[in-house]
Amino acid sequence: MEERKDNNENSVEIDETEALTEAENDPAVEDMPSDLHTDNSVAEEKDMPEASAPTAKKKAVARKDMTALQWTWHEMKRNKVAYLMIAPFMLVFLTFTVFPVVLSIILSFTSFNMLEMNSDMWIWFDNYTRLFFDDDVFLLACKNTLVFATITGPVSYMLSFLVAWFINELSPRIRSFVTLIFYAPSFSGSLYVIWSTLFSDDSYGWVNGTLLDLGLIDEPILWFHNEDYAMTLCIVVALWMSLGTAFLSFIAGLQTMNRSLFEAAAVDGIKNRWQELWYITLPSMKPQLMFGAVMSITGSFGFGGVVTALCGFPSVNYSCHTIMHCLEDYGSQRWEVGYASSIAVVLFFIMIGANILVNKMLSKVGQ
Amino acid sequence: MQRVQKMRVRKHQVVLNRSVGGDTGIFVFLAIMGVFMFLPMVYVIMQSLKPLDELWMFPPRFYVQNPTLKNFGDLFSLLSDSWVPFSRYIFNTVIITAAGTFGNLLFSSLAAYAMAKIPFPGRKFAFKTVQLSLMFTPTVTSIANFLTLSTLGLLDNLLALIIPAWGSTMGLYLMKQFMDSSISNDVLESARLDGCGEFRTFWTIAMPMVKPGWLTLIVFSFQGLWQMGSSIYIYSEQFKTLNYAISQITAGGIARAGAAAAGTVLMMIVPIVVFLISQSNIIETMASSGMKD
Repeated sequence: MEERKDNNENSVEIDETEALTEAENDPAVEDMPSDLHTDNSVAEEKDMPEASAPTAKKKAVARKDMTALQWTWHEMKRNKVAYLMIAPFMLVFLTFTVFPVVLSIILSFTSFNMLEMNSDMWIWFDNYTRLFFDDDVFLLACKNTLVFATITGPVSYMLSFLVAWFINELSPRIRSFVTLIFYAPSFSGSLYVIWSTLFSDDSYGWVNGTLLDLGLIDEPILWFHNEDYAMTLCIVVALWMSLGTAFLSFIAGLQTMNRSLFEAAAVDGIKNRWQELWYITLPSMKPQLMFGAVMSITGSFGFGGVVTALCGFPSVNYSCHTIMHCLEDYGSQRWEVGYASSIAVVLFFIMIGANILVNKMLSKVGQ
Repeated sequence: MQRVQKMRVRKHQVVLNRSVGGDTGIFVFLAIMGVFMFLPMVYVIMQSLKPLDELWMFPPRFYVQNPTLKNFGDLFSLLSDSWVPFSRYIFNTVIITAAGTFGNLLFSSLAAYAMAKIPFPGRKFAFKTVQLSLMFTPTVTSIANFLTLSTLGLLDNLLALIIPAWGSTMGLYLMKQFMDSSISNDVLESARLDGCGEFRTFWTIAMPMVKPGWLTLIVFSFQGLWQMGSSIYIYSEQFKTLNYAISQITAGGIARAGAAAAGTVLMMIVPIVVFLISQSNIIETMASSGMKD
């Protein structure tokens, strides 16, 4: 508090609370687009009604007296405690999330391999040309990743929403039980390995055993180690595990919806639940839909570990080889860090691109 | 003639726009989906209770006939025979989970409070960056992080798994959104006017108001860290995690099928119980999880 008082004395004669609320209402202050700033304060002055002119003028003058940069600096000093509060998190976040992305981009232009570091290592775009023109395994992995993501992403997204929507009208106790059943596969440790027991290669696996017993097949099928089935099965497992954070977000969003909207809609002539969904539920769920999309897309790309556990690494004939596996292969097995970094960069841009594209599409819902 | 809207009553409440056919269809869909989701879980529990002769019986049976706890006994004797004592794996996982979650909770809440409630220049940008980081998986950063950790001398150290968890963005994102929607600025304002510093306002006023938020953060962080398996940052056996030890047994092949199933059941029960206890709080927090632009 002492800090705040000091600041108040030093700063221009603005009532502190006023300045605070004002700053909160005014996005320009937070966003600090320096060139827009002056325009904004001028406009504000014009808009002010006569009655509150004195205070308004004081404020406007106070901000006008300073350049945008000075004002930002003043705001920064006044709220310096905030920087102290975000510092610990930001330090870790920048070190382990932002910096690695930058470092990967830099390393992707080199042939760095943990051992040699010399001036010859700058090979610029050679890694990328090698990726896209020389590396058949990578291209296959790209194809697999895209197939995998374009199926599991949208399907899991819709499944999450539909199930959440369907169970919304159950009584609270049953609903929380059903939520648990649907959500459990996504977070229960390594529960997914049970799929390799169910679909094991020998005749003791439940699926093979049952099929053999019924006389539908003559010899056990090598489910996860057969090019024809492996990918499909992995997609099934991915969908089984996909009712995760997005699902919870949808459930919560649906439960906090305003009931009176539906009554009003019924009066206005909405005839069935699907119309209700399209005209009322979806538009008012938009923030959750956006968040859920991010979760589903990121999830559909980050599925490498489960595939490795089920199909082995590398999978038979690279039938389930994804970009994540290429990355693991070159990064933590061959230690071709430069090349691995270029794979990481490609993966990074694919994921960000997919997210931004889908968010753009979703922002059109209900408009 | 105007069509009269059909009215249905369910549990003494008028239900609008819900046809019997639709309700039945949805019920069938949910039942099929539910079975699909639930069967693997039932199967692993069955497997863990099967005696040896039932595990290797042909044709295989889904249900157990003579349930036994022998597999769990086998699991513990297998684990205590291992080169590193079993308690060490448990210790590692508990330390990683506890320290990672605690740091994540503290750092994320502090940062979330500042981003949600203090109008400092740059907060929009900071939060946008955090939001952007939700859009890619840690796979992308693993190689570069290996280099960073090795420079910091943290390789083959539990800290290599703990410290990155402190900067996990999911918790911060949920906490910030939840604070935005559940703490009114007036309350904070009056606290500030009464001479309460930002740190005290945060600790005594804001934090008690977002209890569901921190419970959610704890559960999510716990879920992530609990299932931490092998990692490229750790190579000494004595720093490996419980999930890694269990997965080694699973990889032991057919002779250990029963013990492996028992291990899977144990690893699965803990997060399920945790989720059951905290479910209502999580749902409350998730209500504000939406992305607004």
